[in-house]
Parts: sequence; structure tokens; C-alpha cells
Amino acid sequence: MGEYINIFIKSAFIENMVLAYFLGMCSYLAVSKTLSTAFGLGMAVIFVLGITMPINWLINEYLLVSFELEFLRFIIFIAVIASTVQLVEMVVEKFSPGLYAALGIFLPLITVNCAILGGSLFMVTREYDLGESIAFGLGGGFGWFLAIIAIAAIRERIRYSNVPPALRGLGMAFLLTGLMGVAFLSLTGIDPAVFAGWSGTGE
Amino acid sequence: MAESTEIKTGVTTTQEKEPLFGKKERILITDPLLDNNPITIQVLGVCSALAVTSLVYPSLVMSVAVVFVCAFSSLFTSLLRNTIPKAVRLIVQLVIIATLVTIVNEALKALNYPIYKQLSVYIGLIITNCIVMGRLEAFAMANKPWRSFLDGLGNGLGYGLILVAVGFVRELFGKGSLFAGSPIEWKIIGPSAEYTINTMSEGLGGTLFGWYANNNLMVLPAAAMFVIAVFIWIQRAWNPKLVDAS
Repeated sequence: MGEYINIFIKSAFIENMVLAYFLGMCSYLAVSKTLSTAFGLGMAVIFVLGITMPINWLINEYLLVSFELEFLRFIIFIAVIASTVQLVEMVVEKFSPGLYAALGIFLPLITVNCAILGGSLFMVTREYDLGESIAFGLGGGFGWFLAIIAIAAIRERIRYSNVPPALRGLGMAFLLTGLMGVAFLSLTGIDPAVFAGWSGTGE
Repeated sequence: MAESTEIKTGVTTTQEKEPLFGKKERILITDPLLDNNPITIQVLGVCSALAVTSLVYPSLVMSVAVVFVCAFSSLFTSLLRNTIPKAVRLIVQLVIIATLVTIVNEALKALNYPIYKQLSVYIGLIITNCIVMGRLEAFAMANKPWRSFLDGLGNGLGYGLILVAVGFVRELFGKGSLFAGSPIEWKIIGPSAEYTINTMSEGLGGTLFGWYANNNLMVLPAAAMFVIAVFIWIQRAWNPKLVDAS
């Protein structure tokens, strides 16, 4: 249990997907103009990362590695992500119209969000097991969510500030992201050993 | 836009054979380099590749990979554009891109393993790089193969230009060297005694400013953001037409 919490904390704060690895920057910059849409997209990313990571883990482990088809990894992963997103969209629409109304328009965008494919590729290079990859997916998604709602809130406020014309919009978004990245660096001080001590019941 | 270009090409072919590399073709390549740059103006494909810009050499390799994928995916999509059904075009495009990226990945693994390890997942992430798919949707699906190829080439080069420029600034001020890790590695500024980035070669002679202490901020991922923000600032101050209206 402790190691999962450890991976969650690490992927959410210390190695934040946006601020440390630049994953999903396109939608991060494009959809962070207002807080409510940023919230919707952030939730959708957590949702899709949490679902696609275990599926890709199973496919990688039992299909690609055991049949030595690793060179097909990119094509298979992107196909899994695209079809999962499609499937999730249909299931959510059928069973939870409220959630669909909140996430609906963002789900198709997520297929080409680098954070999703990046998460699966990191999972392979870091050789996570199934539990760890779920923790990594949820943690990475949560970190992405945190970053996009933070930048959206700042951008809503900065609209009323006197920014030099040439920096307005995009330039300012880049500067703010850089500053947030520096701020998140202070979380590097979190000692993962503290969480490793937390064991689940019965251990 | 696409319709008008089709009509124009139809007119010119009746008069005389269209030049293979005329003015219109040149604009396709030069326009994305500055005035319509994928990163600073279109804001596409900022995604993943910036993470490799802490050194010039990996940025250069990454740029070559992006140029290759961008140009050839445009070419193949354009060749297939009349046979792809509208409903599944995104999947077809993704498969074309993923195939090309797989080729790049395997080639790099075979040719230069250290740089392959260094770029790790980021070569794979070219698949989801919005600039590649953006050009396929916006240009290659509606234009002839040769022009689509040039458009992909131009956008890949515009992207690579920013990537290498960011890598140049970050490596020069962060480590005092250029092209570290490559055969032409060169220590430029800062004390040469502290030179520990890659001890395989000593570079070309002494350094310029012995008193310079490396700026560690430039090594952090956040520095890429700052450098791009400054590029955007300079470019838009230079050409006020590009300023965001909102």
C-alpha cells in the first residue's frame, strides 16, 4: 500500500506531467482560459488515464511482451486509447448523463492528449506492475488536473492586469507555467520514505 | 482556402505546366518558419518534445525525427486523401503517423542507442504531437501530394527551429557548452576545469568567460517555458500584427 501512495504522490506533485514532462501541453494551453472548462477536462484526464493504464498494462504484458511484438507498441497503445475513449464516451452517455454533460465534449480531445500515451509509455520504460501503473495513472491524472485548474484560475485573474501587449495570452501562459514549475519544485522535498512506512491492513 | 487553391492550380495547369518549386511552394516552407510558426503562433505541438531541449544535440535529433514524420505523413495522407472515408479519417491518420514513428524509433535504436535512451518516451510521443495531425487535417486532406509534402516539411522545420533554439539557449547558459554528447561537443563559456557533463572528449581548447558560473535554472524544465515566452515576446514585439486580440 505504501509504495502505491508513494507513486501517487510522486507522479502528482514531484514529477508533475505538465510541469516536469510537458505532457498534454496543447490542451493545457488551449482549454485553460476559464476555470469551469479546465475542471471538466482535468476530470476527464484523470478518468481516462485511470482506465487506459491498466488496460495497456495487460495488453503490453500478455500480448506484446509474450509474443515479442514490442515494435507494434505505439500502434497498439494509440489504438487502445482511441477505442477506450470511444467506449468510455458511449458508456458514460448511457449510464450517467450528468457526468456525460460534464465530460462529454472533452473526451474526444483526450485521444491526442500526450499525457495519456505518455503515461502508458512511461509505465513501460519504468517497468511498473499492475498496481503501480494504476497508482501512476491516477496520480499523473491528478497532477495534470491540479496544473490545469491552477493555470486557469491564474489566467482568469490576470485578464484584468496590465500585461505588455506582446506577452498577452500565449506568452503569459508560458511564463506562468514556468513559474508554477519552479513552485512545484519545492515539493521535491517531500520524503517518499514517510509513505513507504504506511502499510495496508494486515501487512 | 483549400477550394481556392484547387481552383488556382486547375487554371495554371491549362496554361502551362506548374513549376515544381515556384513561389507558392517556397512560401509553404518559409511561412511556418517565422510568421506562422507551429509553436509560437499556432500553439500546436508544444506537447512533449520540449522536454528534450535541455541540450542541443537531443533537440536536433528530435527535430530531424519530427521533420521526417511530419513531411512523410503529409505525403502519404495526401496520396490516400480521396480513398479515406470521412468517418474513420482520424484513425487512418493515426495509423500512418504511428507507423512512421515506429520506423524512426527502430532506426534510432539501431543507429544511435545512447541518444535513443536519452529521448526515451518522447520519440513515441511524436504520435500525439498535435502539429503532425493538425497539418494532416488542415492541409494534407485537401491538397496535392507534392504541396502537402512541402507543407509538412516546412512545419516540421519551423518546429525544429524553435526546439534547437531553445536547446541552444538552455545548454549555453545552463552548462556552458554546445552539442554535449555529440562528436563535435564544444565547451564555450565558464571554467573548463568543472567540465563534467561528458568526459569522453575535452572539446575545442579553452573557454571564453572563465568567471561564468552555470545557471542551474536553465537546466530545470521550467526554463524551457521561460525561453519560449521570451521568444514569443520578441517575435510579437517585432511584428505587432501577431499580438493576441483577446
